Amino acid sequence: MSLPARVTTLVIAFLAVVAGGIFFALQYVGAQPPVEDYTSAASNGQVNVTLMTTPETTISDRPDWVSYFIKNPSSGQFVHTTYFKVPANTQVNITILGYDGCTPLRNPIWGHVTGTFTQTGQKNAEDVQIFDGKALSAVTPMSTMDSWADCSVQHTFAIPGLGLNVPVASPPTEKENNALCALGPCVGATADEGNAPHSVVTFSFRTPKNGGTFRWQCFVPCGGGYVDGNGGPMATLGYMMGQMEVQA
Amino acid sequence: MAAEASSPAAPAAGTSGGRRDGLWLLIIWIGLSIIACLLVALVWGPHMPPGAQSESAASQQKDITVLAVIATPVIIGVLLYFGWAIAFWRQKPGDETDAAPVHGNTKLQTTWITLTSAIVLSLAVYGTYELIAPAGAGAGEGPQPIWKPAGTVAQTSFNCQSPTAAPTWKPGTSNILQVQVIGQQWAWTYRYPQFGCFETTELVLPVGVPVQFNVTSLDVIHSFWPYQLGVKADANPGVNNVAYTTPQHVGQFTVRCDELCGIWHGAMFDYGKVLSDSDFMSWAQSTQTSLASVTKILPPYALTYDPTVLAKVGKVNEDLGLTSAGGGYYNPADPEQP
Amino acid sequence: MAIETQPESAQAPGGREPGGTPKERTWWLRPAFHTALIGAFIGYAFGHWLGNYMTPSFVATGGGAPDTNDEAIVLGYAFLVLGWLIGLGVFNDLVRQMLGKPLNGNGQHANGGLAKYFRYSLDHKTVGVQYLIGMLVYFFTGGLLAMAIRTELLSPSQHVISASTYIQVVGAHGTMMMMMMTSVIVGPLGNYLVPLMIGSKRVAFPRIEALSFWLTPCAYVILLSSFPLGGFPTGWTGYAPLSVQAGAGMNAYAFAFGLMGISMVLAGFNLVCTIICYRAPGMRWSRLPMFVWAMLTDCFLFVLAAPVLVGGMYMIITDRTAQTAFFVDQLGGSSYLYQDLFWFFGHPEVYLLALPGFGIVSEIIPVFTRKPLFGYKVAAAGMFGVAILSFFVWQHHLFDSGMDPDMRPLFMLTTELISIPTGFIYLVAMGTFWKAKLRLTAPMLFAMGMYVNFLFGGISGVFLSDVPADTTAHGSFFVMAHFHYTIMGGLIFAFFGGLYYWLPKIMGITLNQRLAKWHFWTMFIAFNSTFMPLFAVGMMGQPRRVFEYARNLQTLNDWVSISAFCLGASLLIFVFNFVMSTVVWRERAPENPWQSRGLEWQVSSPPPADNFTHIPVVLSGPYEYGVPNALPVADLNPPAGVIGGALAGAAVTASAGSEA
Repeated sequence: MSLPARVTTLVIAFLAVVAGGIFFALQYVGAQPPVEDYTSAASNGQVNVTLMTTPETTISDRPDWVSYFIKNPSSGQFVHTTYFKVPANTQVNITILGYDGCTPLRNPIWGHVTGTFTQTGQKNAEDVQIFDGKALSAVTPMSTMDSWADCSVQHTFAIPGLGLNVPVASPPTEKENNALCALGPCVGATADEGNAPHSVVTFSFRTPKNGGTFRWQCFVPCGGGYVDGNGGPMATLGYMMGQMEVQA
Repeated sequence: MAAEASSPAAPAAGTSGGRRDGLWLLIIWIGLSIIACLLVALVWGPHMPPGAQSESAASQQKDITVLAVIATPVIIGVLLYFGWAIAFWRQKPGDETDAAPVHGNTKLQTTWITLTSAIVLSLAVYGTYELIAPAGAGAGEGPQPIWKPAGTVAQTSFNCQSPTAAPTWKPGTSNILQVQVIGQQWAWTYRYPQFGCFETTELVLPVGVPVQFNVTSLDVIHSFWPYQLGVKADANPGVNNVAYTTPQHVGQFTVRCDELCGIWHGAMFDYGKVLSDSDFMSWAQSTQTSLASVTKILPPYALTYDPTVLAKVGKVNEDLGLTSAGGGYYNPADPEQP
Repeated sequence: MAIETQPESAQAPGGREPGGTPKERTWWLRPAFHTALIGAFIGYAFGHWLGNYMTPSFVATGGGAPDTNDEAIVLGYAFLVLGWLIGLGVFNDLVRQMLGKPLNGNGQHANGGLAKYFRYSLDHKTVGVQYLIGMLVYFFTGGLLAMAIRTELLSPSQHVISASTYIQVVGAHGTMMMMMMTSVIVGPLGNYLVPLMIGSKRVAFPRIEALSFWLTPCAYVILLSSFPLGGFPTGWTGYAPLSVQAGAGMNAYAFAFGLMGISMVLAGFNLVCTIICYRAPGMRWSRLPMFVWAMLTDCFLFVLAAPVLVGGMYMIITDRTAQTAFFVDQLGGSSYLYQDLFWFFGHPEVYLLALPGFGIVSEIIPVFTRKPLFGYKVAAAGMFGVAILSFFVWQHHLFDSGMDPDMRPLFMLTTELISIPTGFIYLVAMGTFWKAKLRLTAPMLFAMGMYVNFLFGGISGVFLSDVPADTTAHGSFFVMAHFHYTIMGGLIFAFFGGLYYWLPKIMGITLNQRLAKWHFWTMFIAFNSTFMPLFAVGMMGQPRRVFEYARNLQTLNDWVSISAFCLGASLLIFVFNFVMSTVVWRERAPENPWQSRGLEWQVSSPPPADNFTHIPVVLSGPYEYGVPNALPVADLNPPAGVIGGALAGAAVTASAGSEA
């Protein structure tokens, strides 16, 4: 080939490689699920965050996986993400709507609540209500749940960096566990949508003064079909684990 | 090391006349090495990682210092030699001849081989001594450890029926404190069998007494690494890996996971504390009491755990088919596994 | 021994039909890269369908997502490789032979310029260049991934890359390097130069050699396909049971690594047979170039260690697909089994990476010191010692794992012992440098850089072999610094040295020497600046493969990251030089620009199609610089029919050979 032809081929090849690299970097390496920003929803030193757990994720490309959803503070929709942002030095009141059924924990210590306080000021406890398909039970503070002896824990919400561990209560009877929500997110009014048996768990904790990024995860082996139950959704960001960003 | 190399066969065409390269190299090498070794041993040595917060860390610090002192002359020697070569043995511009041929020097080769072998073998002997003497140097020894802290006995049976029973360990006896380290994806928990078998997420140790870590995992391979204590023991599922140390100073230490265990491996760390003996006893007893309700729901203390097979589950769980915390690795439609 | 003494074409094994040249079909109808691609696509589609067909009840683990059925993916890969090889025409001659038809030698006689590099060529020189381009591509891909890792490690708490992507990138970087770089010297330089250096017209098994190359693009693409599948979370070591637990991307790792293992066995096997059987008359073992000794010992490691890797990878795949439980403790397996299988390969693997580096620098320094290689026998013995001992040290990766504790002093001893033969390389170098006439050309600079870097790598290895020191250093950045110093500082520096040294021979063009020296200095300084602080970082408690680390280590990590970016930039100098010199400037190289006595330099640059017109008779060793009245290295035109006489003559002139 002549010199100009060679130089042209070279330049084209170079641009192709650079374009490929940039594409790869943006597409794979830099990608991240959406972050639900609760910083502007805070008032009086408190902010209310709502999460949901579902047995299926019908809106995603992995419909059989369990997943968390986070409610967007402005639109009120449940978004399929596990990233949220809260302000620093604030009391965070979390409500988790637990639509999944129970699974035994690998290590029962994660059935013990740590790092929280309830609205009534009880430390290391969570407030639990169960909706059995018809009515919502009374608020019951709980601090330890035995996932082996009872059908009591569906997932956990744990922030190890803050010493926080909250087992999300599960509808406790066999009948309820066979009538779970068949969607993700579980919204709607029918018996297998938003009105399926679920738990309502509330607890509060305080974010530290300095900012930072804190990972959170579930400790229930809900990765069905994977060795030890810790694969699949348990090991994928956006399903059973995520990040809480504390903005100083 | 860099002794004179006598050129045997060919006539000495091009030997640099006056300068005694070998002698100068030897003098400079010895001089620099002495200075550097003294710096390494005396100035750097006391600050050498991993510090001296525990007996195994202190012995490792000594061991690393010795290795560094031995390595220093080797590094200086080689770098000095190459630097000398670049400075003095370059081909002058315009000179197209070859250098004086030297194919080998049996005496030099034999000296080198003997010397390097001697250094290496003595390092192996020293390393073995440093491994055995401080009760295994903090390294995980597997389920049947052979180098244990002198004068200690390990309790083998524990009463965990009653979580509020009296503790079976106190400082000053020959009974060694046992701490079980459980690794799971992605946090560490610690169990104290001599204090009613309670389990916590914080590691607290007493100062000045030997501690036995029984490290195991519930799922994949992790590695228990309390850096300042100079202990490292892999946590394998179904295996009890024993490591020993004796904390020597009160203070905080970092516990990290040192074996890639999945996505949050990098975030699997926490902080532990070494307290005085009396502070430790009061912490242990108060934690034992406050966590009594949690201890009731834990499985009985064992050296390994297999949550894939749950001995006894409640009726509702049984009816729902939830007899395992194993994740259902085998497809539920598959026939029963052995 | 198969010595051909007539100048027949070595490229058409089996010979042509008497009295006729075969008719050549047009280029797009002959098997080449494009047909291979088509075959690969068809193969993957078929294998994927077959996997799904065989496992209809799969649904549970994949979450119902398409394309996560491990069986489908693995079978897809297997048929991808098969389709790729069929499309490439690998089996054409085999089938012809089985059907009793004459072979057409894959159309080797048409020298189609660049086209021959896209075919299944049986010429070892073409395969060498194919390997070279391939290895450069794989190396730079791995390097880009490393840049991503260092970007993330700039801050311990601000995360540029998400945790799951970070672990995928770490695993892909490590695997790309460790998988591909095993053949980085044996592939391009070994395959190209060994026949030329031993006076042979061909390698023993040209088809096997070419096959070993053509498996590498498959392995590369399969490894990169792990990204769309979610990557693999285990790093390059693939420890079970995490690898059994992992998602679909893990299959890519296991399959690609197993495939490269097969490629390694093939490449090693071919070179060992070539070196043993195809040496020219007079090329006795005491005259063999040190590079060939390195290839010989290295290829023994290829052949003996790589099958264990293939076995281990195969077991991961069956654990993941056929629900065996080799490595799952709760189901009766053992996590230690994998560690032992992997490291039984893994340790020889790293010596596999180091030995060619030793070979290249030992080959280069006599030329640029103008002296014979000091202690030839010692150097060869050192290589053998390293190769043999490398099989007896693997448990040093498992000192803290809970292995049988009284084995540890034994493995500490063997690991310390292996530093003795490694030290021979330095004895040889220092003896060769004694009162020499150094020419500081680019290859020589890289060789010296290799010695300096490997010194730090080797000494840190002694630290790691000591069990108490290893208790702190294992799994930390100290280990990282150690192996980057030995592998990148040793092997890759030697690779670049060898490349600058031999590229004039391979391509007949010369690389710009000023850019080469710029490349060396920037790379050497940036490399040391990147990896030296990592020894400290590791000793101060930062484990490997983490994206969050202690705050007080941030300054060091930032220094390292900036230096790593500079290191990447220095490699761009090389890319620029290489590409411009080969494509645009194309400055013709003299026949023997370095005035080397090597046998490969006695033929034209690039060498003729058959390497030598006549099989040469080797008269003396290649390192006889400065020896008065030294015979030339070989007689390239021995009188016809005088092979027997030449052998007798070589015995008479033995006294002038290099006996160290």
